[in-house]
Parts: sequence; C-alpha cells; structure tokens
Amino acid sequence: MGDILATIGRPALAFFASVGRLFLFAGVSLSHIVRLPFYGRLVLRQMMLIGYNSLPVVGLTALFTGMVLALQSHTGFAGLGGDSAVALLVVLSVTRELGPVIAGLMVAGRVGAAIAAELGTMSVTDQIAALSTLSTNPYKYLVVPRLLAGVITMPLLVVIADIIGILGGYVVAIYLLDYNPSSYLHQTWMALKTPDVVSGLIKAAVFGFIVTLMGCYHGYHSRGGAQGVGSATTNAVVSSSIVILLMDYLLTSVFFS
Amino acid sequence: MTAKIVIKDLYKSFGPKKVLQGLNLEVEQGESVVVIGGSGTGKSVLLKCILGLLHPDSGEIFVDGQPTVRLRGSERAEMMAKFGMLFQGAALFDSLPVWQNVSFGLIQGQGMKLPEAKRVAIETLGKVGLGADVADLTPAELSGGMQKRVGLARAIAARPEILFFDEPTTGLDPIMSDVINQLIAERVRDLGATALSITHDMASARKIADRIVMLYHGKIIWQGKTAEIDQSGNPYVDQFIHGRAEGPIQMEVRAS
Repeated sequence: MGDILATIGRPALAFFASVGRLFLFAGVSLSHIVRLPFYGRLVLRQMMLIGYNSLPVVGLTALFTGMVLALQSHTGFAGLGGDSAVALLVVLSVTRELGPVIAGLMVAGRVGAAIAAELGTMSVTDQIAALSTLSTNPYKYLVVPRLLAGVITMPLLVVIADIIGILGGYVVAIYLLDYNPSSYLHQTWMALKTPDVVSGLIKAAVFGFIVTLMGCYHGYHSRGGAQGVGSATTNAVVSSSIVILLMDYLLTSVFFS
Repeated sequence: MTAKIVIKDLYKSFGPKKVLQGLNLEVEQGESVVVIGGSGTGKSVLLKCILGLLHPDSGEIFVDGQPTVRLRGSERAEMMAKFGMLFQGAALFDSLPVWQNVSFGLIQGQGMKLPEAKRVAIETLGKVGLGADVADLTPAELSGGMQKRVGLARAIAARPEILFFDEPTTGLDPIMSDVINQLIAERVRDLGATALSITHDMASARKIADRIVMLYHGKIIWQGKTAEIDQSGNPYVDQFIHGRAEGPIQMEVRAS
C-alpha cells in the first residue's frame, strides 16, 4: 500500500515542483520586462526570427485548413441549407479557433524548439554563466526579448492566418464547389464579427507567450550536454502544445460563456 | 586592511553529496592564488559560489569587506562588474563575431559605442597575441587555443579588479598551455588584478601562482608559497603534484 502511494506521490511532487519553478521563472522574467536596460534591437531581431520566418509555415497550414473546412462542411451540410452554412462555418472556425490554435502549434514546433535548443546549448556550454560575469542579466538579454517578440508577433501572424484561411475556403467553395462568388462573399462578410476576431487575437498573444516561455524555461534549465539539450527541446514542444490546447479551452469558456 | 576576497566556513551540498565542507580562504589584493585538487573536490563549485551562480548552504563570502552571498539584482550586478572570468570551455557567444565577444561587457555593461568597442577589442586581442584579422571571425572558426585566448581577452577587456580562471589549460597541448599560462601571468600582472584560478595542471599552477592551495574533500588541507610546494611535507600534496596512483588520496572510481 505504501509503495503504491509512493509511486503516485513522487511523480506528483516532481510535477508540482516543476510547475512551481515554471511560475517562478515566469515571474522573474516578467519583472525584468519593466526594468532597465531594455534591449530593443534584440526584440526586433527575435520578431524577425519568430514572426517573419514563421510566415510560410503558418500561411500554408492556414490555407489548407480553410480549404478542408469548406470541403468538409459542404459534404456535411449537403441538403441542410447549403452555401450560407459553409461561409459561416469557415469564418467562425478560422477566426475563433483554428487560426490561433494551428498557428500556435506550428510556432511551438518551429520556434519553441529552436529557442530551447539555443538557450540549452548556451546553458550547458557556460555561455549563460558568462553573460552574468559580463554585467549582463541573462533574463533581460535572452528571455525578455523572446517573450516580447512572441506576444507581439503571434497576433500579427494570426491576422494573416485568418485572411489566408478564409481565402482558402473561398477558393474551394467557388472553383471546386461552384458557389456564387458574390453571395459567398456577402455571407462571409455577414459572418465576420469583431468579437470573434479579437478573441482569436487575444488567444494568439497568450499562445505566443506560452511558446516562448516554455522554450526559454526548458532551455535555460537544461543540464547534461547534448542529451539534456535534446530532452529540453522535446519538453518545450510537448509542454507548450499541451498548454496551448488547455488555455484554448479555458479562454474559449471565458469569452463565449 | 582586509583581504580582497574572504571566504568563511563555506558549505555546499547537492542532495546527499557534500561538496564544500567548511572551506576558509583569503585572497589578498594583487595576489594570484591557485586552487589545486582532483576532479570532483569542489573547485568549480567554489568559483560558482563566489560569482553567485550557485548559492552556498551556509557560510559567507566577502569581497572588499562586503558580504556578497545575499546580494541580488542591481547590487549583485555592481559587484559582478569587478570580476572577469575565463571559463573552462571559453564559453564564447557563438552568435557573435570575435570582436563583439571581447567587448561584450563594454557594449552591454557600460554602453560603449560600437566603433570604440571594436577598437578596444582589437587592442585587447593584441594583448593576447591575436591579430586584427581574427576580429571578424566567428568563435566556431577558431582552434581551441585561440578560443581560450579570445576568452582571456574578453575577461580582461573591462579591466576588472578580480580575475577567475577555470582550468585555463584543459584540452590544450603542452606548448599552447605554456603560452596561455604566460599570457595569464603577464595580463594579471599589468592589470594589478587579484587572481583566483582552479586547475589540476601543476605546470600551470607553478607558472601563475603566488600561493597554492590544495583542496581535498571540500576543505583546504594545505596552503603555501609556490616555491614551498615541493617541500610541503604533506603526503596528500606530494601524491598530487607527482601524480601517483598510490597514496593517501583514494580516487573515487564509482560516483557516490
């Protein structure tokens, strides 16, 4: 009996300890955002790496998502009122859910992994320790620019993903399913509501924070050479993907309850 | 006048493994102290505790008479500005060219303008025997010995009062080791800096030390002038400096 409890207890304690460390890390990082010095040039550089370089991946996934939504809803709604439902479904799904979530997951794979690998390597080769011997706070120099860049660029990426996703639905509806372009556009326009888009963009900012925080946290605390960096990278991607989906549910229940 | 660095009763364990067990050490202003000892005796942990990268379990560290263990934030940063460190693997920033590595502390810490920082970087590279042509290379393009020199240049660029050297000759051939030792001794002398080094390389210790300290099981078991080390009369020191497998020091073959 004691063994069973210990077997459950030890991982549970380890889990809560790591959640605690993560919150501490987030707290320290946030406190450094508001304190000088501020490395503006590094924020811009990270915005290029995190935002601009993610455009092709996010754009392509959004395009295919919009296309498949139109196709699925057309076959699903056949005989149930046709084209007005297709435009509505594409717009609502893309702006509320799939735009931010798919962009978040793609950025987690691309950027979260890269951040964890870079900071992990810096940590195991003493480069992070070297920063603090050179009058530079590693949180300010490494973590803050990435967090800010994530929070700023994710909503911008999602605006683009929304546009491309809805365009993908339009292309399939018009050229494959022979819908009337002007009435489809009109229905799309009627379905497009500000709260839906804004809620999606708030989600995007939260996801940007989660991805960069997880990348930085796991990279910063990686130990033990190449293997440690490898597992830090995996943990960053897996944990940020799970937390994105969890936060997506929580935020949706707050926005639309 | 108190010593530059005073370490009092320092204890540090990692789980069940006791690394530092009541370590006491004083380093005088302008003195070069070398800590010798086998792998796993707590040499690196000692340096990391002084730099604040690790937090000791108990004990106190004074720098210029000021207690430092509980310093945080801007006070810690101010204290760190007195230090320069050469890391074991050089720990150069591989995303930056060599000259930005060298002048990193000047650019980020003191807000020096880039053209001026590059001039200082090239001048400092000259002091470690490297030409201006390496300034624009990336650290990955350099050999191990050159990386160590760039690391040394980075440590001295801001003219710190205290210099730390972590295994400065590890991984270098004997000739390059001697070159690095020579450079360390010269640069410490013309900065008038206080130096604390850790090494298990006796050639290096003899070359750069005014005083040698032997660490064993987290405590200092012998210290004396460099010239006295051959007549220490201490069996542990004798075994270490002659590199004998037989003697009072039993190597821990298994990790404990």
